[in-house]
Amino acid sequence: MHRNNSSSEILVVGEVRGGILHSATIELTAKARKLADILGAKVTTLLMYNHVDRSVEDLSWWGADVVLCAVGEEFESFNQEIYTNIISYLIEQRKPQIVLAPATTSGRTYMPAVAAKIHTGLTADCTGLDIDKDTGLLLQTRPAIGGNIMATIQTPNHMPQMATVRPRTFPVPKPDKRRKAQVKYLTLPEELLKSSIEIVGKEVQEGLDVNIQDLDVVVSGGKGLKKAENFKLLEELAFVLGGGVGASRAAVDNKWISYPHQVGLSGKVVSPKVYFAIGISGSVQHLAGMQTADFIVAINKDPEAPIFRVADIAFCGDLFDIVPRLIEKIKAEGGKEQ
Amino acid sequence: MLSYNEVYFVVEHFGYLAKALARKGSDKVHIAVLVKQVPDSDEVKMDEEKGTMVRSGVGAIINPLDLHAIECALDLRKKHGGKVRVFSMGPPQAEEALREAVALGVDEVFLLTDPCFAAADTWATAKTLAAALSKAGPHDLILAGEKATDGETGQVGPEVAVMLGLPFSTYVSRLAIEKDFAVVHRTVEDGVEIQRLPLPCLLTVLRDLNEPSMPTLSGKKKARRFNVVKWSHEEIDLSPLEVGLSGSPTRVVKIFYPKVTREGAFYKGKDLDKGIEHLLEELHSRGLLDGGKGNA
Repeated sequence: MHRNNSSSEILVVGEVRGGILHSATIELTAKARKLADILGAKVTTLLMYNHVDRSVEDLSWWGADVVLCAVGEEFESFNQEIYTNIISYLIEQRKPQIVLAPATTSGRTYMPAVAAKIHTGLTADCTGLDIDKDTGLLLQTRPAIGGNIMATIQTPNHMPQMATVRPRTFPVPKPDKRRKAQVKYLTLPEELLKSSIEIVGKEVQEGLDVNIQDLDVVVSGGKGLKKAENFKLLEELAFVLGGGVGASRAAVDNKWISYPHQVGLSGKVVSPKVYFAIGISGSVQHLAGMQTADFIVAINKDPEAPIFRVADIAFCGDLFDIVPRLIEKIKAEGGKEQ
Repeated sequence: MLSYNEVYFVVEHFGYLAKALARKGSDKVHIAVLVKQVPDSDEVKMDEEKGTMVRSGVGAIINPLDLHAIECALDLRKKHGGKVRVFSMGPPQAEEALREAVALGVDEVFLLTDPCFAAADTWATAKTLAAALSKAGPHDLILAGEKATDGETGQVGPEVAVMLGLPFSTYVSRLAIEKDFAVVHRTVEDGVEIQRLPLPCLLTVLRDLNEPSMPTLSGKKKARRFNVVKWSHEEIDLSPLEVGLSGSPTRVVKIFYPKVTREGAFYKGKDLDKGIEHLLEELHSRGLLDGGKGNA
């Protein structure tokens, strides 16, 4: 019954952090375009910012029909209350069928608040989105139960259908620079911008974000590493290839390595040229974070390890035997000089 | 004449004001902690027909991040005084998780258990927890782990906060109570955001917050005979239609084991050397063996 009142719109909530347009905004706008074409709907991308590093109109190149901008000093820092107010207000005004947001720390904070306020469903961390051909409903697919199973979820009787999407899940198509979008600057009711939360400050920490997402080679270790010291072996392999070290959730949970190194659904999504999964069995939780790598190397002693199913080269054996031999060979072949 | 929304606004804020006033004259901080019992391993099965989890026969623990929330609550009790209550929604066997919380030193535990709560999504779970918190409250602070290891949605905390009309924050890695405010550090992608929220509020926490303690021997003893308060939908004044599967806006329509296979080469035993040669060729062809050039 809600459905008939809805206009045909997909609302994408974009993200501007520290004046930089987050790439997930483009990724989600492009994905929304694909879904909207199936539904015959329009795509509206919402941005809240004080200043932004590129022309917001460019979002039209990836399929936005309308770009909604809320601009002001109150958006310099993230405030979950103000985001929740504005998005809830716009949903009531525009009645979109679908609302998508990146599954960043911000998106994962305001989206559940909006869902609770509007009384609708929300699916977290989707890795697949599609439209059911029969019902026109959004099919939201996400890894479930520690990531060993995929679940497809629908919101059949509530509007809008809402999902957060892991950044770097969908490919970003080439921009179509002939496309033009309507840019609208919002004038919002004063009370939406009020908040009981005071933003005291922000400390940007360069070192915090171990940047394994931008590397050509990622060497990850899991349970099979057995202890923290053994990660030195992976550091060495990563070093001779000019890469960085990643880890499975198990290794991080065991405190062998810090959380910013975690690859997987609850960590980072990486797509390097070459990915090494060493002593990692390969739960979907982990696969969701690395299966888009160009080339995957797996080392595991269990011949049945699921990681072997996604590997381009599988080594079945003792990692403490294989990795040192590999490092030696790479050094001999002219890997990065130590 | 006030519109419905305006009346709602006034009522909501009056309730908020009343709660804030209730704190005046007391520095004690009464804390509610939301915990979830989760499977001990990832070896959980799904009910293929209902699309829900089968938890029987699998070892269960308190969700690890919720242990940090409990520890934080116990710390604050030491500093400010007040009571620590733990709430959990789950099947009857989730009582064990609450006894574990008692062993850690919390004051009261509440299990929300009812066959009609089963198969709840995050919305229906939050609805149930919010109703229980309203009945048991008031609390100055509500804490929960940022997410649970099984569902990993991180949605229930913010949803509960909104349903109770409370300010909230997430990804909290540091917390201090200063008079009637909570000052929190949120660890986000590029650093730390510092926020100041009025009490009462709800916070979801990260592992950086503290180091959870182990239960004491006397705590374990106490836990064995401790009274776990059990509430069904009747005690929290919710209709069976508002909770569990029937109260859930979302539906699991399909579950499947992902097939992301690649036609890989498999090496073992004596062939491992061949495998290493194969890998070196691949690294060469991708420009990764040029003495560090191109990737320095």
